[in-house]
Amino acid sequence: MGTTQILFWFLSVLAIVGAIGVISSKNPLYGVLWLIIVFFAISGHYVLMNAQFLAIVNIIVYAGAIMVLFTFVIMFIDLNEHPEIPKNIYLKIAGLIAGLCLLIVLVAALSHSPTGNIEMKNGTNVGLIKYLGKTLFNDYVVPFEISSVLFLSAMVGAVIIGKKEKEINARG
Amino acid sequence: MHLLAIDWAVFTEKLVLIIVVVSASLVIAMYSTYAERKIAAIIQDRRGPNRAGPFGILQPLADGLKLFFKEEIIPKFSSKFLFILGPSIAMLTAIMIGAVIPWGNKIHLFNRDISLQIADVNIGILYVFGIVSLGVYGIMIGGWASNNKFSLLGAMRAASQIISYELAMGISLIALLMLSGTLSLKTMVDQQMDHWWYIFKQPLGFLIFLVCAFAETNRTPFDLSEAENELIGGYHSEYSSMKLGFYLFAEYVNMFLSSAVMVTLFFGGYDIPFVNDHTLINTIGTNWMAVLQGGAFFIKIVCFLFLFMWVRWTIPRFRYDQLMNLGWKILLPLALFNMLVTGAIILLHQNNWHF
Repeated sequence: MGTTQILFWFLSVLAIVGAIGVISSKNPLYGVLWLIIVFFAISGHYVLMNAQFLAIVNIIVYAGAIMVLFTFVIMFIDLNEHPEIPKNIYLKIAGLIAGLCLLIVLVAALSHSPTGNIEMKNGTNVGLIKYLGKTLFNDYVVPFEISSVLFLSAMVGAVIIGKKEKEINARG
Repeated sequence: MHLLAIDWAVFTEKLVLIIVVVSASLVIAMYSTYAERKIAAIIQDRRGPNRAGPFGILQPLADGLKLFFKEEIIPKFSSKFLFILGPSIAMLTAIMIGAVIPWGNKIHLFNRDISLQIADVNIGILYVFGIVSLGVYGIMIGGWASNNKFSLLGAMRAASQIISYELAMGISLIALLMLSGTLSLKTMVDQQMDHWWYIFKQPLGFLIFLVCAFAETNRTPFDLSEAENELIGGYHSEYSSMKLGFYLFAEYVNMFLSSAVMVTLFFGGYDIPFVNDHTLINTIGTNWMAVLQGGAFFIKIVCFLFLFMWVRWTIPRFRYDQLMNLGWKILLPLALFNMLVTGAIILLHQNNWHF
């Protein structure tokens, strides 16, 4: 086993353990911390595939920004005062069946995928920022710009929601 | 990926470099505390620490020993694991930035050219950004785990402040990246060695970056997260012993490394001003050149450290709304304006508009 493979297995196990940690931890804050570990493991996979830009953006955006906001909210709402409402037994069974269905679909889909050696795309430079930028701004300009407009509108929407109602009413 | 197939020579080389960089950052951070107290003393017309050793030079060691020997108190209703994790993350993220900073060009030892940069990744500056954005967790986790309202409030202040100022920082950097056309810190330094330093091309960008760096390191005038007259001690109220030491120390490491980043980005990194490096390297050899470059880099960093301390002891703390107004209503539009102007000028130059 080469170093790449050792790292691959290590990161995979880390990601799966982290994911299990997210859903099994009682305290939501621990769940968030596990999720951050999952993001790190996934970023590690990106680095293995020579997609450094994707890896670091994954960390900056997900681990650095979105998860900070999650932690923010979780820390401010005191969850200890609101004990978890016991769930309906039928709801639990329904959840179990739905989860198993998803599992079957995933296993069925993955069982046909080619196995054998996991080939890392080391030779390619697709993931490097230079090529990524060229692709984005040459081949996919229109979708890129449209998605930026989408982000802008989402930002404006967030600002409007965040404003107090009085201010909006005062401005007519 | 030839990086991962272990080449023992490279491995030892990098390991030694990592140890040197980490211990150097720690020692410099240690003596920054001493320098801070001395500078505070000069500014406030006092003597400063002068008991331990000549001129109090052993004071940081004494402080360190004191912190190690103090009783360690972990609050009863805190989550113990997170309580310990907080300062660890703060320290870890502080030190990790040093990995991408080019400390010098290269040295020639044992018939090998050894680069004085731990990792020349081609996304260097984004790496710094990623680590900075993670630094928030140390404070947040520590503040929350203390199970104390004041700690939590301090942590929240710190987190919202760091998130807010990251934006302006990032946008001010985009203008710089448009000029340099690279994200690698090493390439940026090389560009500045042959041409003007980026401070002359991006004065406004540098100013915004500087203010944001103050905010990111939680230094005065942005140290609201530990405003003692409002919040007792802020996020580290409940901490004692070396865990408190780690928080305080991480601030100084952050200060040192953010100075290093600023020097690298805007002040030519290890470039020696007014000297043609290429001719000098032929006369005195690679190794002496590396020493000189390291010295130049260090002097620039010390100037920044002095600025950090000077500001701390002269400018009072902001109020919370002033802080947010500065970040969102002044720095962010200014950074956007800077980005637009830089982009326009670059575009005009590319279309042969010389002026």
